Amino acid sequence: MEIFGISTALLGSQLLVGLINGSFYAILSLGLAIIFGLLNIINFAHGAQYMMGAFVAWIALTRFGISYWAALIVAPLIVGAVGVLIERLMLRRLYKLDHLYGLLLTFGLALIFEGVFRDQFGISGESYEVPELLSGGVDLGFMFLPIYRGWVIIASLTVCFGTWYMIERTKLGAYLRAGTENSAMVQALGINVPLLITFTYGYGVALAAFAGVLAAPIFQVNPLMGSNLIIVVFAVVVIGGMGSIMGSILTGLGLGLIEGLTRVVYPEASSVVVFVIMVIVLLVRPAGLFGKS
Amino acid sequence: MTSTKLKMTACAAALAALSFNALAQVSGGSVKIGVLTDLSGTYSDLAGSGAVLATQMAIDDFIAKEKPSFKIEMVSADHQNKADIASNKAREWLERESVDTVTELVTTSTALAVMKVAKEKDRIAIMNGPASTPITNEQCNDVSVHYTYDTYALANGTAKAVTQQGGKNWFFLTADYAFGHALEKDSSAVVTANGGKVLGSVRHPFPGSDFSSFLLRAQASGAQVIGLANAGADTTNAIKQAAEFGVTPKQSLAGLLMFITDVHALGLKPTQGMFLTTGFYWDRSDETRAWSKRFYDKQKKMPTMVQAGQYSSIYHYLKAVKAAGSDDTAKVMAMMKKTPINDFFARNGQIRDDGRMVHDMYLVQVKKPTDSRYPWDYYTIKATIPAAEAFQPLALSRCPLIKK
Amino acid sequence: MKSSANFLESKLPLLFGVLFILGLIAPFAMYPTFLMKILCYALFACAFNLLLGFAGLLSFGHAAFLGTAGYVCGLMVRDVGVTPEVGILAGTVAAGLLGWLFGVLAIRRTGIYFAMITLALAQMVFFLALQIRATGGEDGLQGVPRGHLFGLLDLNDNITMYYLVFAIFCFGFFVIYRTIHSPFGQILKAIRENEPRAISLGYDVSKFKLIAFIISAALAGMAGATKTLVFQLASLSDVHWHASGEVVLMTLLGGLGTILGPIVGAATIVSLQTQLADSVGSWVTVIMGAIFVLCVLSFRRGIIGELQALIKRSGVN
Repeated sequence: MEIFGISTALLGSQLLVGLINGSFYAILSLGLAIIFGLLNIINFAHGAQYMMGAFVAWIALTRFGISYWAALIVAPLIVGAVGVLIERLMLRRLYKLDHLYGLLLTFGLALIFEGVFRDQFGISGESYEVPELLSGGVDLGFMFLPIYRGWVIIASLTVCFGTWYMIERTKLGAYLRAGTENSAMVQALGINVPLLITFTYGYGVALAAFAGVLAAPIFQVNPLMGSNLIIVVFAVVVIGGMGSIMGSILTGLGLGLIEGLTRVVYPEASSVVVFVIMVIVLLVRPAGLFGKS
Repeated sequence: MTSTKLKMTACAAALAALSFNALAQVSGGSVKIGVLTDLSGTYSDLAGSGAVLATQMAIDDFIAKEKPSFKIEMVSADHQNKADIASNKAREWLERESVDTVTELVTTSTALAVMKVAKEKDRIAIMNGPASTPITNEQCNDVSVHYTYDTYALANGTAKAVTQQGGKNWFFLTADYAFGHALEKDSSAVVTANGGKVLGSVRHPFPGSDFSSFLLRAQASGAQVIGLANAGADTTNAIKQAAEFGVTPKQSLAGLLMFITDVHALGLKPTQGMFLTTGFYWDRSDETRAWSKRFYDKQKKMPTMVQAGQYSSIYHYLKAVKAAGSDDTAKVMAMMKKTPINDFFARNGQIRDDGRMVHDMYLVQVKKPTDSRYPWDYYTIKATIPAAEAFQPLALSRCPLIKK
Repeated sequence: MKSSANFLESKLPLLFGVLFILGLIAPFAMYPTFLMKILCYALFACAFNLLLGFAGLLSFGHAAFLGTAGYVCGLMVRDVGVTPEVGILAGTVAAGLLGWLFGVLAIRRTGIYFAMITLALAQMVFFLALQIRATGGEDGLQGVPRGHLFGLLDLNDNITMYYLVFAIFCFGFFVIYRTIHSPFGQILKAIRENEPRAISLGYDVSKFKLIAFIISAALAGMAGATKTLVFQLASLSDVHWHASGEVVLMTLLGGLGTILGPIVGAATIVSLQTQLADSVGSWVTVIMGAIFVLCVLSFRRGIIGELQALIKRSGVN
């Protein structure tokens, strides 16, 4: 069967692959959106923290024999803890200043992280095996789907919507949102706002690290694996509307699908399509698709 | 003092000065080698600090064995894969620090930039890392040597051998920029010339990270062989994901530009059975093993062909300086081109007038994990591609220096 | 306070005079190619600073202008065979036109959105530069002859080339200086400080921003075109977003919104890159990153900004 001369099998498989990539975008842009929405910091180190998540998982497996499943928890905790330190020691001093400074500081941090990992592990990277339980694949008729990729969609969507629920529907989330609206008021209610903010940054960073662990068995674990991704993820957040939680998740998934479609029609352009969309969206809806201006 | 005595002393002094001049035609009594390489970026594993080490080893060995009358110095710098930094550094070295030869120069853009500076200042450029063929074709000049390999040799060797062994139907996964296009074009020509067929190709953005959708297309094409016309992280990710999507082992992959560091990084599981062409494999003979073990002791990694070629080319250069008794560019180049090269790295090596060093290349297949008996035991050498066939024939050269 | 600020202002012509003379004799004391590189990046940073420091617009896509002008200049000189000054002019005009296009699309938004649109547009330029055959893609545009200025002066001589670059830099610097100190510049500052107020005063804010953007883009292009002649090549690294990040670092390090800051910043970063390349190898990026972090945390005013503050303080005492 064909639609516009493109076989449905090809179309279906590309859309599914797009959805898988989209779930990476979703989880990464979600972390960025949380950090921006609640801290007003553009976290340029997000790509580097994603890379660190993958590396921590690899180090945990090869040096300490910690399994993939444990790494899914351990790596985000470790990298998140590094995030907490960064917030406490550095970012904290920038909140009253222009956005620009947070962006520049985290850009500098990204350079440092990538440089140190490159010096330690070289540039070719390391291989992380797909865990035993998730190896192999299923034939869907129109394509062969590795089980691990299916797991990526499930894991990332669970985490994304769980996070959304936590922020939008629980008391903790309500404090968080209130804390950013009017921190003096919330502080007066006896809630430790600085601690909340520290926790938020740590959580955003942990999300990046979680995506890194998810990515480790798919991509070569390499010091520069996040440095080009970060630009795309930025675009996703901007399209979704900076700071919008649901916006970043849905835009991430949607862009994955659009990228998948582009790969059917005009594969060469699949890396720029996101920027084209971004410019169009910002011209038509300046606050982004889901943003409130 | 009598006048005769005076005359004799004067004569002796004059003679001494003369002979001193003869000895010191190496300017300043010293040969200076500048290693300009990528110490921090994408190519730092295949060239980088290993190339600097190889250069130092070549210098040390040369001094120990050949006892030259001149001093040898080395400087090194990181060009960060930027052509302007490379050009700036090379200019500074040649103009102010009397560097005689600039070498290594991984990535074609930096190599082309430095070749131009070397020509302008009449010094030598010896290239080991860069891959593209324009270096010895459109952009060639008479002060440059392209030593280790080029894309033609790799694509030609691999495509020919794989097609002849029955891999008739090809599909290309091509990095969408000039380098990828060139690799695809060269290999396609070889495939069809050997009775194979190219079923199609897909161009992926550069740099890419997710290749699954492109691999699905390759899978759907039903081709026996998928040619990877890309390099570095693009190649390793494509190989890894090909295994994941069950593309391999049903279809086989052919790496058109791969280094042993890539195989090392991926491990044997996803790479097993792949064919590739290389200019050097550490485990080929006693000689290569002996040298590579020395390299390994210092670097903790086995050498790539670029690093081994770096050693060989510097040794060859220093020998030419000694034989010519001069570091004059024209004389040294003439001597380097005149002298055949046979060492642990190169067999039947000869530098042609277009600057291309031709030598035997090797078609290798990556071992199965079960067949690998010790660390870095990765390749089985399937065939030796003789120097005369391995590289682009001079008849096809687009280098203006080659008169037809 | 005020009197010391005036004191600083009154000393500026003297300072410029001293710097000008230093610039004239510099090639005899230092390596000319190195100086030319500094001057090109200094002009690039000054152009960027005009936008960020004086109009408050953070462009994260300025590499597009640097690189595009480099390619245009290189192609004109090498393939069309025009003289160097025409090549530089062509590059500058091309960058100005591109700046107009970027500007029209981007100035409708402010702050981080502005930065992101410029980044996105610059990524598209990068994509084109990688794809188009004429740029040489990854190999770069190589072998651009320096040629003869006005068909007369041989630019292959480093000293002659240096004075050309120095003249171009002075011209660009003069344009920026005049822009800042003109009524136009005052309005830009007013927009930066309080945009709604500027609007209510009846200024067409968008028009002013757009003009500032075009001037900045054209001057960045002039720097890029000149750089192409100096190094006789144009390459992808000039259009890469890292180059856009680098110019932010230079400006920030030297002193955002100060007239001399970007020059000091560019000189520092270029010297560091050159020196570190020899001595620390792979640690270059780590050190660059550390400078970024240090700048943001401890001296946000930059080298010149801190110096000015120091002089002002001592002037009060």
